[in-house]
Amino acid sequence: MFKEDQLDKVAAKKESWTAKLEATKKKRPERQSQFATDSGVDINTVYTPLDLAEMDYERDLGLPGEYPYTRGVQPNLYRGRLWTMRQYAGFGSAEETNQRFRYLLEQGQTGLSCAFDLPTQIGYDSDHPLAQGEIGKVGVAIDSLADMETLFDQIPLGKVSTSMTINAPAGVLLAMYIACAEKQGFTKAQINGTIQNDVIKEYICRGTYILPPEPSMRLISNIFEYCSKEIPQWNTISISGYHIREAGATAAQEIAFTLADGIAYVDAAIKAGLDVDTFGPRLSFFFNAHLNFLEEAAKFRAARRVWAKVMKERFGAKNPRSWTLRFHTQTAGVSLTAQQPMVNIMRTAFEALSAVLGGTQSLHTNSYDEALALPCDESVMIALRTQQVIGYEIGVCDLVDPLGGSYYIESLTNSLEEKAWDYIGKIDALGGAAKAIEYMQKEIHNSAYQYQLAIDNKKKTVIGVNSFIMKDEEKPKGLLKVDLSVGERQTAKLARVKAERDSAKVESLLTAIREAAQSDANLIPFFVDAVKEYVTLGEICGVLRDVFGEYKQQIVF
Amino acid sequence: MSEKRIRVLVAKPGLDGHDRGAKVIAQALRDAGMEVVYTGLRQTPEQIVSAAVQEDVNVVGMSILSGAHGTLFPEVIRLLNEKGASDILVVGGGIIPEEDVPALKEAGIAEVFGPGTPLEEVVKYIQANVKN
Repeated sequence: MFKEDQLDKVAAKKESWTAKLEATKKKRPERQSQFATDSGVDINTVYTPLDLAEMDYERDLGLPGEYPYTRGVQPNLYRGRLWTMRQYAGFGSAEETNQRFRYLLEQGQTGLSCAFDLPTQIGYDSDHPLAQGEIGKVGVAIDSLADMETLFDQIPLGKVSTSMTINAPAGVLLAMYIACAEKQGFTKAQINGTIQNDVIKEYICRGTYILPPEPSMRLISNIFEYCSKEIPQWNTISISGYHIREAGATAAQEIAFTLADGIAYVDAAIKAGLDVDTFGPRLSFFFNAHLNFLEEAAKFRAARRVWAKVMKERFGAKNPRSWTLRFHTQTAGVSLTAQQPMVNIMRTAFEALSAVLGGTQSLHTNSYDEALALPCDESVMIALRTQQVIGYEIGVCDLVDPLGGSYYIESLTNSLEEKAWDYIGKIDALGGAAKAIEYMQKEIHNSAYQYQLAIDNKKKTVIGVNSFIMKDEEKPKGLLKVDLSVGERQTAKLARVKAERDSAKVESLLTAIREAAQSDANLIPFFVDAVKEYVTLGEICGVLRDVFGEYKQQIVF
Repeated sequence: MSEKRIRVLVAKPGLDGHDRGAKVIAQALRDAGMEVVYTGLRQTPEQIVSAAVQEDVNVVGMSILSGAHGTLFPEVIRLLNEKGASDILVVGGGIIPEEDVPALKEAGIAEVFGPGTPLEEVVKYIQANVKN
């Protein structure tokens, strides 16, 4: 990017400047003996063209909307349309969550994001013994299409896009969404949204797996194939680094482990006979926005560049849309403190800003009370307003990639990319992500432990926790409590649904699913037929458990 | 005479998959010289109690972030008592609202450690309160 004689001049200047710096340090010793990012990238005092001497603008950056997409996936990005403001919500019954959804839409939110309770995520109906105590706790309970109909009551599914955080039973919930939209009078081609559908990271760190890897990968490929033909606007997977980061990974590990999972899904789909360019454009990603502001902004840029190279060079994708890494971001839940919770508003705002400077396609901002409880209406509103301030008031959306060209940001983007390739190489050597689960778990755990030690020994400052502690802090008021009767109401509703169905039809639909599972048919059309007759999530997943067995976690500790 | 090492079962009851905290605590207890067994995810109260008895532990530490603590923690205590293992020190942690803590303590959970607790505090608490 720079001419050699320019660089020589800078180098000569830098030499005399370094002598001055050393003299200054003697008078003004530095706060730390060493400065480094969370990923362990050493940070120099200042960055100059010398740090980018090897950089080639065309090859490494390009323009927004052009390979390798370092500067963004859209030529005009937020000058065209701001990111989708999408707050993750769901608790209690479908009625309560429907009210929260409508509240958020009224406040100016532009897309929905649905949280399901743990029994739903693990494929158990609310009347299952393991659902005891968990119904409606971390998300909404969905047993059958009847719940889905209530969930989206008066919300036109052909006009709003919905992201569903559902993984192991993603195909079944997608089937319910389709059935619900059709009942509202929309066609499959009109619906738009995302299912998370990323099971490998469930094995690694999130825990809501059901089946072993092989049948799970088959279901994922089934979804890719079905959607490419039937619902072209649907994002078939959201390959997630968010939870990997929450579990303790560094920024570099987050990029690497997420993209390694992505590589595994592409490999599986190609093996299942799909062409990379039929499903490649519908892959989407989900990242964390953590506290280390500049490293986070650089992380998103590095991830885009690595994925573009993976799709073009490794998989030979020809459609430029297959090369682009489009992503949702959520601010770091793990950075929220239970102490002085209002301070979380500031943390979240900076994290959100890093995601916007990194070019995110959609964003969830956490609410200040989430280290204490599910968020209340007021805290959710402030979280949404934070996005609106960034989008409408502070001017950062008036150009694309405003940090591009910063000596430090470009150098850090390069360092993160290098670290990511290094990890991807290690995972490849282990046989790919599905075979490297324990390796990734160990790496994540080690990083998590180091992070906690750094807080405990005050190498890392956490306001309210190890520094600037307030004695006699006032307790936050108005925390949301999930109504305890939700479990009883939900099981009663399920019993009613089961009593009103045609049970012979249910049996034959479940038999059809069993036979399809035992063959190599695409399972999704069978799910769609079944859910329309109010066959439940637990019944369908029960058949799959029966045919394929369940995943047994390897305890790495 | 050498002191007997404290044996701890770190357990994840319920369906919640967040085990970052459980594993970090487990590592800290191990680094403090305790013998630690980690159950892995999705343990029922029955499984936790049977592991505690089988491993002959002095302490059970449970972590829940899903909100199911009110149902699952007391059930573990009830089953431990039923098995005659009420001498085991039982502690808990996770996202547990402060207003829920008195009921948990009344049920027999000795202490509840919330977000932001330094590792050393947990280690010291166990060392001071374990019954040998």
